[in-house]
Amino acid sequence: MNRKTLAAAFPLTVPVLMGYLAIGIAFGLMLQSIGYGVGWALLMSATIYAGSGQYLGVSLLAAGAPLTQVAFLTLMVNFRHLVYGLSMLEKFRGMGLRKFYMIFSLTDETYALLSSAQAPEGVDEHDFFFTVALLDQSYWVLGSAIGSLLGSALGFDTTGVDFAMTALFLVIAVGQWKAAGSHLPALLGGAATLVSLLLVGADDMLLPALAIIVIALTLLRPRLEDRHEREEEKTCP
Amino acid sequence: MPLTPMQTLASIAVMAAVTFLTRALPFLLFDRGDHPPKLVLYLGRVLPPAVIAMLIVYCLKGVTFTALGGWVPPLIAGLAAVLLHLWKGNDLISIFGATVLYMVLVQGVFG
Repeated sequence: MNRKTLAAAFPLTVPVLMGYLAIGIAFGLMLQSIGYGVGWALLMSATIYAGSGQYLGVSLLAAGAPLTQVAFLTLMVNFRHLVYGLSMLEKFRGMGLRKFYMIFSLTDETYALLSSAQAPEGVDEHDFFFTVALLDQSYWVLGSAIGSLLGSALGFDTTGVDFAMTALFLVIAVGQWKAAGSHLPALLGGAATLVSLLLVGADDMLLPALAIIVIALTLLRPRLEDRHEREEEKTCP
Repeated sequence: MPLTPMQTLASIAVMAAVTFLTRALPFLLFDRGDHPPKLVLYLGRVLPPAVIAMLIVYCLKGVTFTALGGWVPPLIAGLAAVLLHLWKGNDLISIFGATVLYMVLVQGVFG
């Protein structure tokens, strides 16, 4: 990584810097509020590196969830990454060992930057991608550490800081709602979870909800797929 | 902290491994030019909004209706997050604004 690459990559990542510091600080505060200090925050942000995944992780740790449930819920909340990888197959080709890091660090935000970014003249494209990814994660790790230290040093009342997770999911949902061709998946997801909450209670609600969602979406495929294809035809005449 | 440090480490290791797996799977399966099955592509497209809606309900599972303090703060702060986001479209403003508002409501107004 040379100075020219850094100078080209940094301005692109400034919005992510703001966002990751904020969401990372909230994560550090949340983790601190259930009794885990800065070492744990750094460990999680260095090795997991997923916004919504780590927010969910805090509540899984707080509940003492069994490992099978941890694995399953992490899989579900990160399922969208599957789509990200599919559209990065070409871009990451030929990156050698750095490709492992590119795959590891493919968060929503890094994906968004990389899917549209072009390396400027005279900057190696692969160096550029790698630098963007590395800068993004450094903001995330920094934000988590700041949040954790703030939580322990100031000792202020953090009651209610866990609402950051709700707000994050609401914000993602607003974005998805605006971009979606059909609102049926979102409505189905909410309704299935409510039914599950009422039937089996708050502690075990997620697995039945997920089962209903996956089965219902698979059954609805002819209908949703059909509508999707018609929209594709409309946009590309 | 209901878990021991070793149990916590195990949980974090599982989260890290599964997260990496979801990111690596497309590269493991399709990097040689094979086309992904249509069902996978379809679920990859329709599952995320359903899962996010599920997680919103999950986040709000503690809401109670016996006292005003049980449901008014999440309702107001949730609306604030959505409206701020429709208005400004900035993650930072929406998430921080709604969270600070929620903290003020549960600690001050309804505390």
